[in-house]
Amino acid sequence: MLVDEKGMQEEVIRMSGTEPKKCMLCGKCSATCPPSMDMDVRPHRFVKNVKAGNIEALMESESLWKCLSCFACVERCPRGVEPASLVEAVRLLVIRQQGKNYLTADDIPELIASDEEIPQQLIVSAFRKYSK
Amino acid sequence: MLVCWCGSNIAGTVDINTVVEASKREPGVVYATDYQYMCAEGGQAMVRRAIEEHSLTGIVVSACSPRMHETTFRKAAAAAGLNPYMVEIANIREHCSWVHKDKEVGTEKAVVLMRAAIAKLNLNTPLFPGESGVIKRALVIGGGIAGIQTALDIADAGYEVDIVEKSPTIGGTMAQLDKTFPTLDCAACILTPKMVDAAQHDKITLYTYSEVDEVSGFVGNFSVKIRQKARCINSKLCNGCGDCIEKCPAKKAKSEFDEGLANRKAIYVPFAQAVPNVPVIDQTQCLKFKTGKCGLCEKVCLPKAINFEQQDEIIEKEYGVIIAATGFRPLSPERYGEYGYGQLPDVITSLEFERLMNAAGPTGGALLRRSNGEKPKSIVFIQCVGSRAEPDKGKSYCSKICCMYTAKHAMLVRDKYPNIDVSVFYIDVRTPGKNFDEFYRRAVEQYGVNYIKGMVGKIAEEDGRLRVQGSDLIEDTQIFVDADLVVLATAVEAQASARPLGTMLTASMDQNNFFSESHAKLRPVESPTAGIFLSGVCQGPKDIPETVAQAGAAAVKALGILSKDKLIGNPCIAGPDELLCNGCASCEKVCPYGAITYADKEINDHGHRTTRHVAEINEAICQGCGACTVTCPSGAMDLKGFTNRQIMAEVDAICR
Amino acid sequence: MQVKDQNFKPLVVSFCCNWCSYAGADLAGSSRLEYPAEVKIIRIPCSCRVDPLFVLRAFQRGADGVIINGCHPGDCHYTSGNYFTRRRMTLLFSMLDYLGIERERTRLEWVSAAEGARFAKVMNEFVGKLHEMGANKRLGDIRCKE
Repeated sequence: MLVDEKGMQEEVIRMSGTEPKKCMLCGKCSATCPPSMDMDVRPHRFVKNVKAGNIEALMESESLWKCLSCFACVERCPRGVEPASLVEAVRLLVIRQQGKNYLTADDIPELIASDEEIPQQLIVSAFRKYSK
Repeated sequence: MLVCWCGSNIAGTVDINTVVEASKREPGVVYATDYQYMCAEGGQAMVRRAIEEHSLTGIVVSACSPRMHETTFRKAAAAAGLNPYMVEIANIREHCSWVHKDKEVGTEKAVVLMRAAIAKLNLNTPLFPGESGVIKRALVIGGGIAGIQTALDIADAGYEVDIVEKSPTIGGTMAQLDKTFPTLDCAACILTPKMVDAAQHDKITLYTYSEVDEVSGFVGNFSVKIRQKARCINSKLCNGCGDCIEKCPAKKAKSEFDEGLANRKAIYVPFAQAVPNVPVIDQTQCLKFKTGKCGLCEKVCLPKAINFEQQDEIIEKEYGVIIAATGFRPLSPERYGEYGYGQLPDVITSLEFERLMNAAGPTGGALLRRSNGEKPKSIVFIQCVGSRAEPDKGKSYCSKICCMYTAKHAMLVRDKYPNIDVSVFYIDVRTPGKNFDEFYRRAVEQYGVNYIKGMVGKIAEEDGRLRVQGSDLIEDTQIFVDADLVVLATAVEAQASARPLGTMLTASMDQNNFFSESHAKLRPVESPTAGIFLSGVCQGPKDIPETVAQAGAAAVKALGILSKDKLIGNPCIAGPDELLCNGCASCEKVCPYGAITYADKEINDHGHRTTRHVAEINEAICQGCGACTVTCPSGAMDLKGFTNRQIMAEVDAICR
Repeated sequence: MQVKDQNFKPLVVSFCCNWCSYAGADLAGSSRLEYPAEVKIIRIPCSCRVDPLFVLRAFQRGADGVIINGCHPGDCHYTSGNYFTRRRMTLLFSMLDYLGIERERTRLEWVSAAEGARFAKVMNEFVGKLHEMGANKRLGDIRCKE
């Protein structure tokens, strides 16, 4: 497992395929982001934190799971930084740590019961994404 | 053989001593030494002394790029009585010491480069440049403030200037502006007198509604075809009364001058102070051209100036120098969906805003919403629209003027309408310039403009107003500002016509279609192509004072050529060996300048006199590209200064 | 199977036109962009000055690769020189390929005066490729080797 922050930072950058150094802090991503209001670490700060190597803080942030992966930030960023890809990469880091399952098989019946119209595909992909 | 240290620039990664010692073993080298700064006065004196003391017949200087100091060393050699073309430069700085960090590797390469230069020099022959005349007339392409200023400066010095302007009037973008920063004086008040000066100057000829079709020739002797588009008006007869415009029934065309915010007639002058004050018929709008009926303008025109049959006219003229002053266009923000430009009528560009604020504009200077014609209560300005972005998302550069004109707009609004709330979304506020930051601070402190650090992510219409969703990075929140008008500070973009013009002039351009200057610091107004000069924004984003300064500088550089009677040519030109020439005329076909002709000549072929059809070079026209030398099947054509044997010797030296 | 020689230093002759590529190489220098020292630049007025004989001579004398750099099409200082180069070199390179000098050993590139980074990138790529391919054996005149 990746223990040091430097290694984690490199891993996030590698997995996301984007370069946080290109960010010029214009804040367009946070301006665009639909759930930005509810985030503790808003997209531009997410990028800034990856750049600074504070990956652990990001792994524990609420924002990590608030991102809708709508990729509006990716579309709008004038510098070609992809905040959503960075979020996705940090999520994978979390998920890849054993035991940090955000969704287990036991949760699924309850999920289906909670909303009958929930698409099957959503559950499958969420299961794939949020559990290990 | 002389080796330069260039301080530590070269000596840092190249062992100078090794290079000097290695050079002593090369054939033909009689003297080798080194010096700290060869290009400085002391170094040049050393060059002169070495030539005189050792009776050198040629020198190799291992130093920086020949593009930097070749001329310097040639002059030094000439001062010591050596033919300046017996100087060769081995580029051991840009091509060696600066790109290689390992001293051993760098030294090894420097030795090889030096060896190649020596091998070439051994085959050099003294060359003597020819002379060519200078046509004492300048062509300025573009009639904005840059072109006008350049033309006035050249004309005031006593030389003829022609201005070619593609629109029906000179004046350019500056004519559309309302006020100018940081003094807030009215653009028209300072520009229109200059336009009139240009029109009335006896040395200046205006070709408006005209474009450059073709350029050939070279410095001192350009020949240019100008296409004067059909105005359908006889400019000599027209008295500018405007009766035709009044009577014209076709009034649906969008006014280019008002950025499409107002309509104009099919026959029109772009604006009241247009120079020349001669209307143009827009053939795509005119009913006479569209349906064959109408012709009202023709009926009311007393001087009988209207001529529907008028055709484009090609004017051929010759010039000594050409100055590009093609200016810019604001980038269209339509591609940025988040701003809704094009869909939301109350989202406008800064240039449109200039027209709305202008007393001569479509609203008579009243700032009104585009959607309902009401007075706005709140205005949001957004900076960096299209600037500072990755190449696929906009322009990679800072457009330089937007921070200042946005501050100006914000200030003008607050000055005229103190009840309107004004917010500005910015990434950085960049105000380097005389009295610029003071100006911006005044907008904040004196006029209460609300600057918000952050960008806008979305603009949506809600209850007839615009809801601007943006970032406030200082507060680290997402904020919503209700606005009645949103103004986008759009990036400066090179004119679409700049790239084809650059190709015509063989002037190099950068990736953003701005003209490249010959040297970023030392030759900022000259194109690398001799005789082509750059004035204004066509070289890169600039504000008005910078444009005027550069326009003046371009004029001075152009005058430097116009004031000469003869130009010293480049002696590195092609020449045929008449004994070998078989008269095939292959070279004639590839020459881009038409410098090669064929003539019957009497040839002394080893005592045997014959008459042969052989190639002849016009030395004034040949530019020395060498296309003919490679084409020549018999090897008769060679290029002085870059002969086949010289280049072969370089190849051999490198591959040794 | 050819064994890769770790100490193999390819010999690369790079022809650069005076107006674009040579200036581009200068810019690579003034921007301190590293590229292999094996690249040796010969300055010519225009890429169209490169006689096929120069290329042949380089290979004969033991060059492992030859690269010709000119202005971008349409940007030639002499209007049309690089178009001639493009045609000539297409023919020459395919002929060399026929003679056994692999296509990868010869290259024609457009590098403008503003593209220092591109110059360094092209040189790195080209020399990298030559490293993979090893020394050139064809066309070399053994009398030229020591």
